[in-house]
Amino acid sequence: MIPPLVHPPRKNPTLRTRQPLLPPGARSRAALGLTAAAALGRFELQVCEACGAVQYPPRETCHRCLADALRWREQAGTGELLSTTVVHHSHDPFFRERVPWRLGLVRLDAGPTVVAHLHGGCAPAPARVRIGARLDKSGQGVLLAFPPDEVPNMADDPELREMTCDPKFRKVLVTDGKTAVGQALVRALIGAGADLVWVGYAEPWKQTPGFADLEALPQVSLVPLDLTDSRAIAQSAAEIGGKVDILINTAEVHRTHGIASRSGVEAARAEMDVNYFGLLRLAQEFGPAMRSRGADGPTSATAWVNLLSIYALANFPPHGTFSASKAAALSLSQCLRAEMRPGGIRVINVFPGPLDDEWNQTLPPPKLSAAALAKAVVKALQDGVEDVYPGEVAQEWLARWQESPKTLERELSL
Amino acid sequence: MNSLMSLASDLSSGAVRVIDLTQTLSPEFPQIALPPEFGQCWPFRIEEVSRYDERGSAWYWNNFSCGEHTGTHFDAPIHWVSGRDLPQNATDTLPVQNLIGPACVIDCSREAAKDPDFLLTAEQVRAWESSHGRIPARSWVLMRTDWSKRADPAAFQNYDEAGQHTPGPAADLVRFLVEERDVMGFGTESIGTDAGQGYHLKPPYPCHYYMHGAGRYGLQCLTNLDLLPPTGAVIVCAPLKIKNGSGSPIRALALVFNGSGDHG
Repeated sequence: MIPPLVHPPRKNPTLRTRQPLLPPGARSRAALGLTAAAALGRFELQVCEACGAVQYPPRETCHRCLADALRWREQAGTGELLSTTVVHHSHDPFFRERVPWRLGLVRLDAGPTVVAHLHGGCAPAPARVRIGARLDKSGQGVLLAFPPDEVPNMADDPELREMTCDPKFRKVLVTDGKTAVGQALVRALIGAGADLVWVGYAEPWKQTPGFADLEALPQVSLVPLDLTDSRAIAQSAAEIGGKVDILINTAEVHRTHGIASRSGVEAARAEMDVNYFGLLRLAQEFGPAMRSRGADGPTSATAWVNLLSIYALANFPPHGTFSASKAAALSLSQCLRAEMRPGGIRVINVFPGPLDDEWNQTLPPPKLSAAALAKAVVKALQDGVEDVYPGEVAQEWLARWQESPKTLERELSL
Repeated sequence: MNSLMSLASDLSSGAVRVIDLTQTLSPEFPQIALPPEFGQCWPFRIEEVSRYDERGSAWYWNNFSCGEHTGTHFDAPIHWVSGRDLPQNATDTLPVQNLIGPACVIDCSREAAKDPDFLLTAEQVRAWESSHGRIPARSWVLMRTDWSKRADPAAFQNYDEAGQHTPGPAADLVRFLVEERDVMGFGTESIGTDAGQGYHLKPPYPCHYYMHGAGRYGLQCLTNLDLLPPTGAVIVCAPLKIKNGSGSPIRALALVFNGSGDHG
């Protein structure tokens, strides 16, 4: 039985806030394949191209036939829990604060036997379990054994919560609540148990559908936040930045131009000012406080979410300047990820295909609905992944890009 | 003592007071908003260069950005298509002699309070003339609405689903002022010299169309017009000397005769 997460009491302001620590993060280059897959929410192990043997731990050559062609392949993860250990003492500062900590030895049906963190819902050994890969606080892929079926309060397991960014009882800032996506996200976060949602807005004189309705939600607080206005961002960060546990940057400018279809740089600059510089301004003002609160109790600061675009991977020429601004934001988000890591803050990038909004009006379906995108973001937080490609178009582009970026570039420019 | 030296003396004594007609340039001050697919005027934005810190140890300074039509600003004739081919129609070429002149202030504050779409007509201005005298040639006509007192940006912009609702001049007034009074320009407190619903007038945006078509100027986002007398103030409204510029933010000032200065 997993006890349900109880709402934490108010913080004792006379005690020092616990400093963020990270679990050991050193990995071999080969082992980073596990991290790369876990970042997408997948459990992959190397499989020998020659003899088919599944490898664990990651290595350079096959443990059975010594062939050096090892490919990362998704694994079902089912297996047998052989034995369990409870760590009561650790010299590692991160685990020292978190003992007792359960570990298990699991023989995968696919062959190897692995050491894994153990979800509290797993029955005593011997028992059937399902191995999943998760990112730990250091951003590295680790293995966690889950019970084979859903158990009550599954997400509230303390070991699992060290690897996820569940919005339950957390305080969230959504930077732009004027868009359909922003509004859907606010509702989805409240549905997922968020304590409080600050909703940013710019240009208060412009009325946009649905925005006024947000104010009626008891969890919502509206905050003026224009990502082009450095002083306003600094002001908001000063007022609320010390309490933001999850920041979701939904603000974006999207115009539908390539180079030749629009003379001048003004539309492109407006995109860049919000999509790239806006992220930079936000990161400078909100990043430090979040990073310092990465271990601030069970509902600590935990995640930063960027709404990017699948066009960040490869330029879609009809929306060429928008694509470029999202590529710039993607690059900056990698810098942000590196800088937020010491605080244990996960940076999650969301790469949707075309949204079903006015700027994609003339594109044919399938287009991603605001509600579907919001659901994907909440799930990404609950799963603790780093990269999300919601919807069919994003999935297809991702597959094509992973196979050959050059081929995709050519296909998109036809 | 010539009149200029006597002005200097009156300024020094306070017999002539200087009134600031300018809104503060700040990121919060709204800018004109066009439909999103159009090009947009930049709002005022400011980024710190250094503040006695590692970016510049002993000095504080900023870079700012804005459009030519941000904040309290001047419209040159080249701003509008009707004035595009006129001589001396841009901020760098217009005669600076035109930038200081008398102002007639027409108080429409009560009408604007009742009706945000209030349009000032030629007939109403003729009635104003019957009390205050004929509008002199080469003078500025300033439409006082107290709109500048709307400190909340949303109230200042005053949008609804049909667009913006702010007062301005009727088309017949603009023609009257240009053709029969030979004014230097027209000034308002709201975001444009034309009314918020000016697009639906004939022609669309008549103040821009006729004023600039005749080589005259516009001032907007003025404030403190309630401190000016109906006649007798002199305004100073020089735009930045932007090469081929269509307008510029300005520090608009008014000189008002106070009767008696500090020296009695």
